[in-house]
Amino acid sequence: MDQWFGFKVIWDNIEHFLIGRYPSGPIGGLTLTIWLAVVSCSLSIIIGIVLGLLCVSQNRIIRYPVLAVVNCIRGIPLLMVIFWMYFLLPAFMGTAVPESWTIVAALTVFTSAYMSQIVQAGIEAIPRGQLEAGLSTGLSRTRVMVYIILPQALRNMIPSFVNQLVSLIKDTSLAFIVGVAELTHVATQVNNRTMIYPAQIFFFIAVVYFILCFMLTSYSRWLEQRLAYRKAI
Amino acid sequence: MFQYEFDWSVVLTGQYAQWIVDGIKVTIQLSAVSIVLSFLMGLLIAVMRLSHVGPVRWIAQGYLEFIRNTPLLVQFFFWYFGSFQILPQSVNDWLNARDFEFSAAVIALTIYTSAFIAEDIRSGIRSIPKEQMEAARSSGFSYIRSMQYIILPQAVRITIPPLISQFLNLTKNSSLAMTIGVAELTYQARQVESYTFKGFEAFTAATLVYLMLSLIITALVTLYDKKVLSPTGMK
Repeated sequence: MDQWFGFKVIWDNIEHFLIGRYPSGPIGGLTLTIWLAVVSCSLSIIIGIVLGLLCVSQNRIIRYPVLAVVNCIRGIPLLMVIFWMYFLLPAFMGTAVPESWTIVAALTVFTSAYMSQIVQAGIEAIPRGQLEAGLSTGLSRTRVMVYIILPQALRNMIPSFVNQLVSLIKDTSLAFIVGVAELTHVATQVNNRTMIYPAQIFFFIAVVYFILCFMLTSYSRWLEQRLAYRKAI
Repeated sequence: MFQYEFDWSVVLTGQYAQWIVDGIKVTIQLSAVSIVLSFLMGLLIAVMRLSHVGPVRWIAQGYLEFIRNTPLLVQFFFWYFGSFQILPQSVNDWLNARDFEFSAAVIALTIYTSAFIAEDIRSGIRSIPKEQMEAARSSGFSYIRSMQYIILPQAVRITIPPLISQFLNLTKNSSLAMTIGVAELTYQARQVESYTFKGFEAFTAATLVYLMLSLIITALVTLYDKKVLSPTGMK
């Protein structure tokens, strides 16, 4: 009985979970989680495409350093990237940087590395004949990439981008470390205040994350099926 | 640009270097225990997922979806803060008598990673053409024996690279254990930073350790792909 009583705690704080202290303070909770994920996702798609194109460049002086950086970022935990940004950003900018922008920067750097791998794989999956045909009609290599290969590759990549957005939503929970008041941070605050219902509180936010991520995962599966169907006909 | 005196001796010698080394040990212990447990659990879930009994399959499916679509950090907090409400008193006493933070981290990492491992194992098994099973069955092998002699030996070969990259992810994810107070590598790096204000040195040391671990393992997987998988035509 007591177990179920605990869920009242969530109902009492529901506003806090959803929008943080918004009208009287900064926005937070689920809204901030989504905002962080969407902003970092958009930025890292753009950077990922640029890095991905550099990774398939024919010029070794460009390709090798980019590949090295991408693999280094993929080799370290996100937590490390967050700490690096926390130290480096103020040093480079010369001023204090708001924590939420530190997180956006860290998530963008981290996810761009993964995005670039998606882009690279997507470009390599386009049959080579397309490149050759483009070149023989007299287009330059760059133009073939931009006008012929990339538009086709991007369409195939959309499901992977959605999956990466799901990872990003899950990764925004690490913003808790530097004190950004997103959903997980709000949950720890509510938990610290109420003390005796941690299982209910963390289960509740797990369900919130699950609903958000599961919708996106299902969407990306549906997209994948549709793409496979289109290719089949 | 910025005035900062680098002092590498902080992380190379003395007490603080010892902290970093201790951190590496805990990271390796935590990862090793969780790797073994999550592999066993992943195998179990994968088998349940392929079962012919509906409810068993649904339970496995629900588990996979829920765990994969929930942040690891939330799972850490759930087990760390919530285990006293969920687990029976005797189990809690047993855990408390030992290193409770470490156990909570192992539980969270095992449950999280097992969901990913189960999917890898399942797709490994499913990548073996169905005809192989039919051929084995029609030459008189039982279902178990066909699995044992025909399907699994091939599936294991294909599954090894994704499995190893899951283990690598687990090692990287173990850095989250610092949030519940396990003194692993990232925790110790932060500790050194707060004692000495030498953040760059401390985090460089930790980053290099993670990087070395990742690059070595990635190189081994690439080698495996080239030497073992490509010659058999499986890749």
